[in-house]
Amino acid sequence: MQHIGSLSVVIWLPILGGLVTMALGERRARIARWFALASALSTLACCVRLYVLFAGGTAEFQFTERLAWVPALNSQYDIGVDGISLPLVLLTAFMTVPVIIAGWTVVEKRPALYYAAFLIMEGLMIGVFSARDALLFYFFWEAMLIPMFVIIGVWGGPRRVYATLKFFLYTFLGSVLMLVALIYMYLKSGDYSIAALQQLPLTLAEQRWIFLAFLLAFAVKVPMWPVHTWLPDAHVEAPTGGSVILAAIMLKMGGYGLLRFSLPMTPDASRELDWLIIMLSLIAIIYIAFVALVQSDMKKLIAYSSIAHMGFVTLGAFLVFFIVAATGSSQGAGVGMDGAVVQMISHGLISGALFLCIGVMYDRLHTRDISAYGGVINVMPKFAAFMVLFALANSGLPATSGFVGEFLVILASFKAGFWFALLAASMLVTGAAYNLWLVKRVIFGAVANDKVAAMQDLNARELLILSVLALAVLAIGIWPAPMLRMMDASVQHLLQQVLTSKIPGAA
Amino acid sequence: MMLLAIPEISLAISACLILLCDVYFGAGRRGLSATLTMLALTIGVALTSRYGLSVHRVLLFDGLYVADPLSGFLKMAGFVAMATAIYYSQDYLEQRGLRGGEYFVLCLSALLGIFVLISANSLLTVYLGIELLSLSLYALVAFDRDSGIAAEAAVKYFVLGAISSGVLLYGMSMLYGLTGTLDLDQLSLAVQQRPDAALIIGVAFVVASIAFKFGAVPFHMWVPDVYQGAPTSVTLNIATVSNLGSFALILRLLTHGLAGAPAIWSQMLMAVGVLSMLVGNLGAIAQTNMKRMLAYSAIANAGFVLLGFSTADIAGYQAALYFTVAYVLTTLASFGMILMLSRRGFEHEEIADFKGLATRDPLLAAMMLALMFSTAGVPVFIGFWAKLWIIQALLGGGHVWLATFAVLMSVIGAFYYLRVVWYMYFEVPGDRTVPEPRKRLRFILLLNTAAVTIMGLLPNALLSLCQRVLP
Repeated sequence: MQHIGSLSVVIWLPILGGLVTMALGERRARIARWFALASALSTLACCVRLYVLFAGGTAEFQFTERLAWVPALNSQYDIGVDGISLPLVLLTAFMTVPVIIAGWTVVEKRPALYYAAFLIMEGLMIGVFSARDALLFYFFWEAMLIPMFVIIGVWGGPRRVYATLKFFLYTFLGSVLMLVALIYMYLKSGDYSIAALQQLPLTLAEQRWIFLAFLLAFAVKVPMWPVHTWLPDAHVEAPTGGSVILAAIMLKMGGYGLLRFSLPMTPDASRELDWLIIMLSLIAIIYIAFVALVQSDMKKLIAYSSIAHMGFVTLGAFLVFFIVAATGSSQGAGVGMDGAVVQMISHGLISGALFLCIGVMYDRLHTRDISAYGGVINVMPKFAAFMVLFALANSGLPATSGFVGEFLVILASFKAGFWFALLAASMLVTGAAYNLWLVKRVIFGAVANDKVAAMQDLNARELLILSVLALAVLAIGIWPAPMLRMMDASVQHLLQQVLTSKIPGAA
Repeated sequence: MMLLAIPEISLAISACLILLCDVYFGAGRRGLSATLTMLALTIGVALTSRYGLSVHRVLLFDGLYVADPLSGFLKMAGFVAMATAIYYSQDYLEQRGLRGGEYFVLCLSALLGIFVLISANSLLTVYLGIELLSLSLYALVAFDRDSGIAAEAAVKYFVLGAISSGVLLYGMSMLYGLTGTLDLDQLSLAVQQRPDAALIIGVAFVVASIAFKFGAVPFHMWVPDVYQGAPTSVTLNIATVSNLGSFALILRLLTHGLAGAPAIWSQMLMAVGVLSMLVGNLGAIAQTNMKRMLAYSAIANAGFVLLGFSTADIAGYQAALYFTVAYVLTTLASFGMILMLSRRGFEHEEIADFKGLATRDPLLAAMMLALMFSTAGVPVFIGFWAKLWIIQALLGGGHVWLATFAVLMSVIGAFYYLRVVWYMYFEVPGDRTVPEPRKRLRFILLLNTAAVTIMGLLPNALLSLCQRVLP
């Protein structure tokens, strides 16, 4: 309690910064840009402070704040972070900075609004990860659609209107059903706090419906096959920054929701329906990887690869019941969830970095078509090094963060059963295939045409953001222990909740 | 005691005075009536807040008239909404030569009708209020006498409205015949003892007439034509202030007067509400005219209010009250925006007219964005809480499927509100005119939009006020 207010600062500072940036207007775009960067950096600094002050080894929420917000509906302004949400908060604050720098000179159309939208998004997303009240969570969750709608629609590609409407309506449809489920649970418990909803006893039939309502909301966000079709459209049409935020953070909200809501609130339904999630995850991992292989648009390729990678997150989160059934004890059953969280962070960094790389090329050639490139290494050696590194990280190369997450999930699937492991591990082959093939066609070989020959290597700004991301990817890959330690207690707590039945009278 | 009727008394007196002033002094000074009307509304607010509010339920005029916390709240809301509406309309009326004194007198008498409805405690008072409101509105719709489309709308409105009044009277006469009383308190007790077929038919007539006032399906045919045909300033009145009257009508007549027989009307309201949401939301998708789209949106929103009432419990009524207030607040600004953007000889009423507004006038575009997302029910705006509370009331009444239907409909609804945002932000301007500054109007619009946002961020004050006035 001694750090009262420090989490609120992280939520509201970027939102206020965004509003001021918007108010500065397009006529003062230069000032607005610097102001936006300052807001993003100071938010990051506050987040780092949270990380330093965060006490590991406990599942308790920290930096909690609790204020009366809507007493008429028994909802509180109740925020705090634990070992699962803090990494995601850090990721959000961390990724917003490169997004703003990456748009520095590239965004010419209404730049002030561009930075404002991303800052407001940042605050709202951190709000989602730190809300401890279900209504507050939903409030942030939905509000975040507004800036994203504008981002894709204003700065997107030729079919941006189609893509942004599809994005908005898809996610809105998913989340309104979650709202019905939340209100239903509130009416039974009389309290919107997430902890109260997690303890609320529910019959299996109720849990099943609630689980499905949650699943629709979170599956659309993750996105899981077969509700993933909005993602490639949104990614292809979104501006670089939009793609980065979409892939790096917004998708994680779905995974976070599964861990924070679905599993602990409806553990019995999760146990009963885990085959469904596992099946959908494996389809995503195997089938979507093949879809990625045949893409001719680089962004689409990475978008599909994101769906496959998020399949690892959902797989890791829901393997727990099979592990317990196979090994007979809950010892070590948390490894899948560990893997899921690490995979979320790692995918956030890697996919964000890859989208930035594509942005770098797009800014020079104004096309994302793979066939328009070739031999980029000859003219952009520095860039090629980064691109190859991130592509390899994306296919799970040891010593990068991609390896840690995938390894943990595959380890978990081994514990659950041989066939799970075999199917999940197919990712190592297919992932390597589409990543390396992409690199081969774009980076290596002879210079394809005159336009490629005229490309300039990275400027200082691009070099800076890619280096920082590369360092983060390598750091987590080489020494994942601090992160695992940070979340260990929370994952154990979650595991305990998941394995305790909530059916009245059963426990 | 008589002082509790001060809102009505002050309105009636000031309407007469303004009419006289206009006749004697108005000839050279066209702005006079508008100024006097604003003054009258201000005085009304002051007098009402001093004398017209009652913490208890008080009956006046032999039980024909009731003053309770709810009536005070609704009347204050009515004053504020009417004042805002008139403020938004002034430039528009002046540019079209409609700023005659009669316009404002009709506005005040419509408001008087609403107040009578709000305080009605007898079938007669209810009818009196409805007729006063409706007749004023018919005349207002036809106020632009050179406009053919307005005349057509007025005739449609009048003919259908007259039929609806007849239906209401017929239903009331059946209720009177069955129970022998016009008093709503006694009626509510009497209907408990007579649950027979005649009562059901009587209630059905009453509900049909209420549905007409709300513009709910299947009595919604007049809404799109009237919204589109009437001068925008009149549409603004119909869409906002008169909604408070419709709310009061259903509250006094059904939830109070027929409180003894909720099973009969709650199912009717449910059917009407579900149909309204379906027709309203699907109809709005196809519209290209902003006023017509907002008309279909009004039908859909009426569905939400009716579903709130259909729960037949206090939580649903409170939610419906909150929804109505939130809707009035948001819609005031939405139509205010159309009025703001219209100019001499140009009605800014096609959705396509909004194209590229974000580059032409970023502030107005940002405000419109907030209003559209609020009406769609997306946080952080007030519209989110309105829908949330209705859904919560429905779930609390055990209507899980109805709640699911309502949220799915609001997803469909989101599409056409988003289209406005899409035109403003994603399209290049078709019309390159930069909107006139109109600093004062812009400022009030900004305040209105800020209220929509702030009450969305901190909804508790209004939520708990709604709970307090409707205990």
